Amino acid sequence: MRQIRISDDRAEPAAFAPTVVDADARVVANDWVNAEYKLLVLDAGPGAAAARAGQFFNIECPATGEDQPFFRRPMSTYAADPATGQVEFLYKVTGAGTRGLATLVSGGSVRILGPLGVGFSLPRGVRSIVVLGRGVGLATLAPLAELARARGVAVTAIVSARSPEHLLSVARFEAAGARVEIVLDSDGSSAPANVEALLRRLHAEGRADGFYTCGSNRLMVLMQRLAAELGVFGEVAMEQQMACGLGMCFCCVRNFNVGGETVAKRVCWDGPVFPLAEATSW
Amino acid sequence: MVDLATDLGRGLVLANPVMPASGTFAEGLAKVVDLNAIGALVTKTITAELRGGNPVPRVSEVGNGMLNSIGIPSKGIDYFLAETLPFFRQFSSPLIVSVSAPSVEAFARAAERLNADGIAGIEANISCPNIEEDGKAFAMRPSTTEQAIAAMRRVTDLPLWAKLTPNTGDIAAVARAAEAAGADALVVANTILAMAIDIETMRPTLGNVMGGLSGPAIKPITLRMTYQCARAVSIPVIGCGGISTASDAVEYLLAGAGAVQVGTATFLRPHAMTEVIAGIAAYCERKGIARMADFAGALDTGMREPDVMEAAQ
Repeated sequence: MRQIRISDDRAEPAAFAPTVVDADARVVANDWVNAEYKLLVLDAGPGAAAARAGQFFNIECPATGEDQPFFRRPMSTYAADPATGQVEFLYKVTGAGTRGLATLVSGGSVRILGPLGVGFSLPRGVRSIVVLGRGVGLATLAPLAELARARGVAVTAIVSARSPEHLLSVARFEAAGARVEIVLDSDGSSAPANVEALLRRLHAEGRADGFYTCGSNRLMVLMQRLAAELGVFGEVAMEQQMACGLGMCFCCVRNFNVGGETVAKRVCWDGPVFPLAEATSW
Repeated sequence: MVDLATDLGRGLVLANPVMPASGTFAEGLAKVVDLNAIGALVTKTITAELRGGNPVPRVSEVGNGMLNSIGIPSKGIDYFLAETLPFFRQFSSPLIVSVSAPSVEAFARAAERLNADGIAGIEANISCPNIEEDGKAFAMRPSTTEQAIAAMRRVTDLPLWAKLTPNTGDIAAVARAAEAAGADALVVANTILAMAIDIETMRPTLGNVMGGLSGPAIKPITLRMTYQCARAVSIPVIGCGGISTASDAVEYLLAGAGAVQVGTATFLRPHAMTEVIAGIAAYCERKGIARMADFAGALDTGMREPDVMEAAQ
């Protein structure tokens, strides 16, 4: 910020006010929600808790005896409540970073940087949306359902999973007032043809003038094709390996199709939420 | 109040000796850190030509370090002057533009174009491949270093820094060549050529197979090179390599550096640079040093003829 002089040459420079917080957050809870996923609840303060749907944090994952994660790990925001200052992350324990994260205990602390990136948008005129996700992608979409409800926008959540015991976030979407449609690998209902029929039916019923997806390339490609055919607004939240989370290292690039031209964009800085029409298969 | 000012030649005096290493800093840091508190701002390397960069994965973590092969994506000098420069002009810290080129002539043309308001100096990234020399980096050899720096010196009066590569046999000779060609300061050093392999996928961890190693893992090597270069030349040396704390930075200053660059650490801790500045000041106070410039190069080797290579033999 350039200093603005009002009348006095000795005026103090305007205090620097960060819009992204890098701070220690207190661990409120870090419990298993099923055999693979844990829910991390942090007391992170008002700056962090101002995170909008689709934004993420870069989290310093603790080293363990076996794992020494060097970079921070990006985690999409599962919930953020400015009233309580709490921020939540739903994560699958799968690698060096998340194994370290899984060791955090209530009362401990963890360094977080955020909120980062560009979140979801709900353009004026979109009155009912479909969110379609699988696995941890659902964690990214859950805050969007709550944002939509707050704006009076109806939500249908199509929750895809391997089998009933792998379902995530169903209660969360229901609590946000979403109609939940469950599709499973175990009974074949998650097959693309079936999901396509479901999306077409929702559109025909006037319940889909916005498409949002995260977590599955197959579902993104399907939703992208239907959005183009039906003229539906759409966005996708993308993932990519990151280091800094602030657009500085240029490691998290992906190619996007912008008006027929291939353009490399940084997922952390230009996204992680992008126009569905621009996404390319990963 | 400790005086942290450092004179890097050609009239460029920084309020403190800490700046980002090129490639580890961009506009995004302004969201987290007060950039007016940083000694100088060093841009990502720009090139005259448009460059897309390398295939992903572009980084991987290796024990206490980072391996990268980003590939210098660049939107070109026109874009830089029109879009990036105005952003950085809102800060009081001097802006140093890192520039690279594939030939001696192209280095000179690029330097000429950077004679613009708001640019306080040029850092020549001569660690990149020279297309006229079978892809060997300019800074691998004294002769090509001298050619590139001399060509830039002829077209610019701005402070001109040469960023040296550690991937060379005799870095002191390269340092002397840069000084002879008219460099005002040296940055020692860039990343160390390295690779890593994922034994499960049987693939290199980087899309480009090989890349540059940075972070705490390389500090003892680049510190040694800073020491060698500082003894070899009379222009200031800016230490760079694995600095993540104030004590790391003080080691470089004792070894003869006039300033330091913090790189990979900023990816892990965005406040690394401001923490290093505060820590250097605290060190000076603890040691009763009023001016940081007084202890630069104050290393006591305890040797009459401090030739480390001979001593090690």
